[in-house]
Amino acid sequence: MRGEPAGDIPVQHSGNMAETGLDGAGKTGGGSATPMLEVRDIVKTFGPLTANDHVSLAIGEGEIHALLGENGAGKSTLVKMLYGSLQPDSGDIVWRGEKVSITSPSQARRIGIGMVFQHFSLFESLSVADNILLSLEPDLAKGNIAEKARQLSEDYGLPLNPHSIIGDLSVGERQRVEIVRCLLQNPDLIILDEPTSVLTPQEADNLFVTLERLKSEGKSILYISHRLEEVKRLCDRATILRHGKVVGECDPRQETAASLASLMVGSSVDEIRKEAADTSGKEALLTLNGIDLPASSPFAVALSGITLDVRAGEVIGVAGVAGNGQSEFFRVVSGEETLRDANAILIRGQPAANLGINQRRRMGAAFVPEERLGHGAVPEMPLTGNLLLSRHSSDRAAFVGLGPIGLVRTDIIRDASARVSEEMDVRKSGADPDAGSLSGGNLQKFIMGRELDRQPSVIVVNQPTWGVDAGAAARIRQALIDLARSGSAVLVISQDLDEIFEISDSIVVMHDGYMSARVPISEATYEKIGLLMGGANPGHEMPEMPDTAHHGGVA
Amino acid sequence: MRIELVKRSQHSTFFALASPFIAFALTLIAGAILFAAIGKSPLTGLYLYFVEPLTQLWSVHELAVKAGPLIMIAVGLSVCYRSNNWNIGAEGQFIAGAILGSAIPILMPGFQNFLTLPLMLLLAMAGGALYAGIPAYLKARFNANEILTSLMLVYVAQLFLDWLVRGPWRNPQGYSFPGSIRFPDAATLPEIFPSQGAAHYGFVLALIAAIAVWFFLSRTLKGFEVRVLGASPRAGRFAGFSTKGMIFLSFMLSGALAGLAGIAEVSGAIGQLREVISPGYGFTAIIVAFLGRLNPLGAIVAGLLLALTYLGGEAAQISLGISDKVVRVFQGMLLFFVLACDTLIHYRVRFVTAISGEARNA
Repeated sequence: MRGEPAGDIPVQHSGNMAETGLDGAGKTGGGSATPMLEVRDIVKTFGPLTANDHVSLAIGEGEIHALLGENGAGKSTLVKMLYGSLQPDSGDIVWRGEKVSITSPSQARRIGIGMVFQHFSLFESLSVADNILLSLEPDLAKGNIAEKARQLSEDYGLPLNPHSIIGDLSVGERQRVEIVRCLLQNPDLIILDEPTSVLTPQEADNLFVTLERLKSEGKSILYISHRLEEVKRLCDRATILRHGKVVGECDPRQETAASLASLMVGSSVDEIRKEAADTSGKEALLTLNGIDLPASSPFAVALSGITLDVRAGEVIGVAGVAGNGQSEFFRVVSGEETLRDANAILIRGQPAANLGINQRRRMGAAFVPEERLGHGAVPEMPLTGNLLLSRHSSDRAAFVGLGPIGLVRTDIIRDASARVSEEMDVRKSGADPDAGSLSGGNLQKFIMGRELDRQPSVIVVNQPTWGVDAGAAARIRQALIDLARSGSAVLVISQDLDEIFEISDSIVVMHDGYMSARVPISEATYEKIGLLMGGANPGHEMPEMPDTAHHGGVA
Repeated sequence: MRIELVKRSQHSTFFALASPFIAFALTLIAGAILFAAIGKSPLTGLYLYFVEPLTQLWSVHELAVKAGPLIMIAVGLSVCYRSNNWNIGAEGQFIAGAILGSAIPILMPGFQNFLTLPLMLLLAMAGGALYAGIPAYLKARFNANEILTSLMLVYVAQLFLDWLVRGPWRNPQGYSFPGSIRFPDAATLPEIFPSQGAAHYGFVLALIAAIAVWFFLSRTLKGFEVRVLGASPRAGRFAGFSTKGMIFLSFMLSGALAGLAGIAEVSGAIGQLREVISPGYGFTAIIVAFLGRLNPLGAIVAGLLLALTYLGGEAAQISLGISDKVVRVFQGMLLFFVLACDTLIHYRVRFVTAISGEARNA
């Protein structure tokens, strides 16, 4: 992967254009008479919620059709009905001109619909071939599957060693296994759910080549995404869902990212305001001095020599593909896991690596973990309880009374909770509902607000806007930038590169437990950061690459 | 065809509160069927069981005697279960507390003043807490399953008590019957209304414990810690709470209360240490804790109800000639129905036919 991608990118762009030109004249035109798949007026309700409200769309032969929408717009529900894991309440699914009722995924596969899920369903301890064999219909699971898989994967530029163990593969390679597994069933329509959310930009480019190739063979692709740039680049048509309804259908190439976004969100999203930070001469509020942490389990990542200064007034973004040590890094920096060498982490100049999370909070640090429910918040507790959760120690003087008895002062916490909800515009039912009853975006706003309310001098956030709607995400990002500009040090770990570029003053990249040197935002490009995400780190030798090379992961 | 439990997206608050009452009603129905099946009149049986004991003052006192230890133990277990620690060995901690508390009147019969009783109570609490500390340590240090270790330690305590009262602590003037000397007055927990019946201050202690622990759980930071770690250990770590510390706190608190119940029973109701001092209070209290919704105040009501099954069982044995094992059957049915009701509040039953089953598996 190291040398290749740089050369790949321009080639793909030209390939992309050429094929699009062919298709526009040929296949799409011919197929539009009878679309391969047509969805007519589908309705699906869950209790009071209408997830799909008279949704219609048509996918022609050899067409890459984008399904766009925010989280919760109803994309997954629609796709699950196409793949047979849910049944529509009313409406029709028409396959090659005939009405069908798809009652199970295996039936969907029989008529020619395949699906690659966002969350992989692979057994980590089994080989690629075994995983493929397990998923095949009995009549296909014959002969030398390993050889067939290898052949197919090479044909489509998705090199895989069928005898590799899944646990050793990178996320991008695991996705290839899912795709090859899907292709072996020879589907006519392939549904891909957020396929690039786990890939580096270069890996995504490779995927696009494969998709173009499939399209040129007359296969159709339903491509679910919220990334507008890649939809514009790849897709022939786009159907946009909002609150369960189709709000638009268009040719994404004729649209701008901004026009697509406003269709998706329904209103224009506030632009992030960010002035350049001047941190010269500012003190480092968070210093990491060569953090080492051995892997705690075979599937954990060891951290090696992580060194970083986060200065007052700046936002540093930690980019990286999931599973490269980000969760271990957060555990160590937050103090959920302590280190013996106190000087490995300094908070405002004071040694802190051997201190627990509450001691670090009392030194002025705040933390927001990736997982909302069950980590950052207790779902079955009200918001007041969840406010106390992270602040019972730092705000003990205000929130807890009667000395050693430790009486919880409910009224004061209720006021603080109301203040946080007001400040971050948390929409909730009732004054103090259970955390689990809030939508993802609103709960995340509350969790962020809970920490910002303290005016921390250091904040470490893992995935600040994961699964959060665009409006809430913009608000959270702006709050992080504002906090930095008011003189705090902000460290954001995110797998969303757009977000990293939007808010960071400098970017570092985590790969296989190593952290790259910082790249100032003025010098950062997607290509440069993408290469670092793939492991091309000039900062250290790359003994970690053999795992991909060894399994023939990259041609 | 297969039967599955599917989690409900939201559950009814009304049924969550009503569940213990529904469970009790179902127990009555099942009990009536049971009486009918063995050829007794269901109405008479249920009347003897659940109403008769409440009609006379002395038996209401008996009810308090039986309810006291049940409430006291269940209050401690509520804390344990709320924090996700499964102490099944309260019966053993009850015995351990009784033994250590009884050491004062048995080994120092001359030590009789106003300090005797308080010291016995404190020692008993220490005994129960330390005995519960064993499974806590094994869980914290070796990750040993506390359900097994705490349960097995019950039998150790029972056999140790049996050996004590037949051997070293046997009353020399006791005609070789197993049992210690009778406790002097200074070591006896007094009766509340001596002229009316047998209820002793153990019941009052149980009520105080219930209120104190309710305050602890619902109003203090430490109680908050119990609930957080029980609901979500990972969020507990994020809050900086110690899972291991909670194992010790919850086990030793429930052990201390079980030990206190033990000495109250020995010193208040029995008056000496015997080879058997409990009709299974430590196990029945598990039912009390769940029937009381793991809420210390709920445990008071549930404890009184379960105590009634003990009295009813005795009455039914005398009047109807039914085996006293029926008590266990009733208690078992009650727990079964409570757990079943709770499950059905959070889940619904789904019958899966072959075709849709394939849909789910594929």
